[in-house]
Amino acid sequence: MITLSHFIVLGAVLFCIAVASLFINRKNVIVLLMSIELMLLAVNINFVAFSRFLGDVAGQVFVFFILTVAAAETAIGLAILVLLFRNRSTINIAEIDSMKG
Amino acid sequence: MAISTSILLVIALAPLLGCLLAGFLGKFIGRAGAHSATILGVAISCALSIYVLYQLCTGAVPVYNQNIYTWFEIGKYTATVGFLIDKLSAMMMVVVTFVSLLVHIYTIGYMAEDDGYQRFFSYISLFTFSMLMLVMSNNFMQLLIGFWFKRPTAIFANLKAFLVNRVGDFGFLLGIAAILYFLGTLDYSTAFANAPSLVGKTLQITQNHAWDAATVIGVLLFIGAMGKSAQVPLHVWLPDSMEGPTPISALIHAATMVTAGIFMVARMSPIFELSEGALSFIMVIGATGALFTGLIGIVQNDIKRVVAYSTLSQLGYMTVALGVSAYAGAVFHLMTHAFFKALLFLGAGSVIIAMHHEQDMRYMGGLRKYMPVTWITMWIGSLALCGVPFFAGFYSKDAIIEAVGESHRWGAGYAYACVLIGAFVTALYTFRQMYLTFHGKERFTVVADHGHGHGEHAAHHDAHHGDAHHGEHHDDAHHDDHGHHEPGVLHHAPKESPWVVTLPLVLLAIPSIVIGAIGAKSMLYSGWFGEAIHVNEANNVLAELSHEFHDWFSAALHGFAQWPFVLVALAFAIQTYIYLFNPAVADKIKSALKPLWTVLDRKYWIDDVYFAVFAKGGVKLGRALWKGGDAAVIDGVLVDGSASLVQRVARGVRALQSGYLYHYAFAMILGLILLLGGYWLVGQ
Repeated sequence: MITLSHFIVLGAVLFCIAVASLFINRKNVIVLLMSIELMLLAVNINFVAFSRFLGDVAGQVFVFFILTVAAAETAIGLAILVLLFRNRSTINIAEIDSMKG
Repeated sequence: MAISTSILLVIALAPLLGCLLAGFLGKFIGRAGAHSATILGVAISCALSIYVLYQLCTGAVPVYNQNIYTWFEIGKYTATVGFLIDKLSAMMMVVVTFVSLLVHIYTIGYMAEDDGYQRFFSYISLFTFSMLMLVMSNNFMQLLIGFWFKRPTAIFANLKAFLVNRVGDFGFLLGIAAILYFLGTLDYSTAFANAPSLVGKTLQITQNHAWDAATVIGVLLFIGAMGKSAQVPLHVWLPDSMEGPTPISALIHAATMVTAGIFMVARMSPIFELSEGALSFIMVIGATGALFTGLIGIVQNDIKRVVAYSTLSQLGYMTVALGVSAYAGAVFHLMTHAFFKALLFLGAGSVIIAMHHEQDMRYMGGLRKYMPVTWITMWIGSLALCGVPFFAGFYSKDAIIEAVGESHRWGAGYAYACVLIGAFVTALYTFRQMYLTFHGKERFTVVADHGHGHGEHAAHHDAHHGDAHHGEHHDDAHHDDHGHHEPGVLHHAPKESPWVVTLPLVLLAIPSIVIGAIGAKSMLYSGWFGEAIHVNEANNVLAELSHEFHDWFSAALHGFAQWPFVLVALAFAIQTYIYLFNPAVADKIKSALKPLWTVLDRKYWIDDVYFAVFAKGGVKLGRALWKGGDAAVIDGVLVDGSASLVQRVARGVRALQSGYLYHYAFAMILGLILLLGGYWLVGQ
C-alpha cells in the first residue's frame, strides 16, 4: 500500500538531491539548470500527492502553472547560457567569479 | 520758526561730500583740491552749527526732533534716521566741527610730506561726518552705528583698539536691547518719557537673583561708554592709538570721539538718574581712571603719550562728574577739554615736526626760543589743563571737584580723594612735560651736515616710504620709520612751524582761555541745557554749588584759595625746582622710588595681564579648539572616522563575496533553513 508519506519522502529526497547537486557541481552551468528543474519537480510531486489525498484538484492545476513557468525559466536560462559561452568561451562555474568582492 | 531740516542736512552731509571728493577724486583735484574741498565742507558745517547753536541760545527756535528717513521696519520696531537738536547736541556739533576745522587746517602743514595726503583728508572728513551723525541722532540705533565707526591708525594699535572697543560695544548693544525690551522703543524722546516706568522693574537673571532693570541698563550702557571713552579697565587702547598721526590723535583721541561715551551718558541722563547703583559704579570707575592713569603720565617720556595719559585722566574727571549727577559739569568739561587738549596735541605735533619726528622728551629742551608761538600756546593749554583760575579748565574742573565733594553717593569719599590728588598729579605731569620740552638745557645737538640737507632728506624719506612701506606708509609715516636719525641729533636747528600749523594753535588757545569764563555760569549753574539733561532734585549737586557761584571773576579769585589750586601751585613749585634748577634730583627721586616707578612705567601691568590672559589665552584656546575640536573630533572622528569605519566593515564583508554561484546558493539555503528552523522553534 502506497501512502502519502511515500510520496512526500520521494519529493524530499529528490529535493535534497537537487540541492546537493547545486552545491557539489562545480563544472557546468547546464547541470545547475537541471538541478533547479529537479527541485521544481520535487515540489510538483508534493503538490500532486496532496491534491490526490485531499481530493482537491487545485494542487494539480498549480502543477501546470509551475511546469509552464519552469519551461520559460529554463528557456531564459539556456539563452543566458549561450550568451555566456559566446562571451567567456566557457560554462565552467568555477571560472565565473566576476562578482567577487 | 524752527530749525530748518535742510540746514541740519547740510551740516551733516557737507563733510561727507568733502570726504567723497577727496577720497574718490583725490587724484584729479590734487592736494590743494583735496584740502580745499574738505576744509570748505567742514567750514560750512561749522558755520551752520554755530548758527544753530545761536538760534537755540537766543530761544528763537524750539528743540528740533524729527525723523527724516525710515530705514527699515521689523514688526513693531521702526528704525529711522532722525535728528534731535537741543542745546546739548548743538554744543557738541560746534565743538566737533570747530576742532575738526582747525585740525583740517593743521593737517595741511603736518602731512605736507606724506603720500597719503588726499586719503588722510578724506578720512578726517568722514570721521567728522560720522561724529556729527552720532551727536545729532535722535534714537539709539543711529547712536549705535555712530559708535561703531573706526578710524585708521597704526596696525597693531588699531587691532587693540578694535578688540577693546568690541568689549564695550557688547555691553552697549545689550543695554540697547534691554531698553527695547523694557521700553519698547529706541526713540530718545519716547524712551526718556517712559523711563520712570523702569522703577521697580527687575530682570530675572537666575532663579534667586533679580536685578534692578534701571541699574542693569545703566551699567550696560556705561560699559559701552567705557570702551569708547577709554575708562579703566578698557583704557588700554587709547595710549597705543597715539602712534597714529598727530591730527588724528587730536581730533579723534582727544577732542571728539573719546568724548562720545561721555556725551552718550549725559544724553541718557533720564535713564541713569533712576539708578543710584549705576551712578556709583560710573563714579568709582571714573575716579580710578582720573587718578591712576594720570600717575602713569608722570613717568612717560614720549611727548604724545603724556598727553594721551592726560586725556585718560581728564576723561576720568568727566566720568566722575557723570557719576555724581553733575552731567552739565561733565559736558562742560568735555567742551573745555576738547579745546585745550586739541591744542596740546596739535602743539605736541608742532614740536614733533620741529624735532624731525623725535617724540622723546629726553632729547628736547630749550625749544622755547626756536618756536615761541607753540611755546606760548602750549603753556596756555597746560594752564587750562591744570585748572589754574581764569583759564577754561578751572571752571569745569573745579566744578567737578566741588560737585564730587558735595555728593553723598556711595563711594563719593573715594572719588573726592581721587579727583583732588588727580589735580596735583595733572599739574605734575603737565609741568614736567612743559619743562622738558621747552625749558632747561638743549638736550639735542645740531649737526650741520650739508651733504644730507633737507631736500635730500625729504627725497630719502620718500624713497624709504615708496619701497619699504608701500600700502602702510600712511599709518606709520610719523614715527618709527625714522630710524636713520640718531636720537637727539638734528641736521638743522628746530624752527617754528608754518602758519597753517600755528594758526589752529592760536585759534584753540583763545577758547582755552575764555570759554570757561563765558560758559561757566550759564552752562553749569543755570540749567542751560534745559530738557536735554535730566537731574533728580535730590541729586542735583550743581544746584547746591550754584548758590556759591556769583560770577566768573569772583569764582576765579575764590579759586586761588581752594585746595585744587594749592595742589597745582605745589606741583608747579616742585617741578620748577626739579627741572629748571636741579635736574639731577629727578634721577635721584626715580632711583629712590624705583618700585613705584616700575609699577607706573609698566602701567600697573594691565597691558601685560591683558596680553597674557586674553591675547595669549585666546591663542591657546584657539589652538586647543583647532587641535582638539577641529582636527581630533570633527576631522578625526566625524569625517575621517565615519569613512574609515565604513571601510573597515566593508573589508570584512567583502570576504563573503566569493563570486561563486554555489556559495550564494548555499547561503540562500542556509538562510532558508535558519528561517524555517526559527519558525519551527518559535512554534514549539
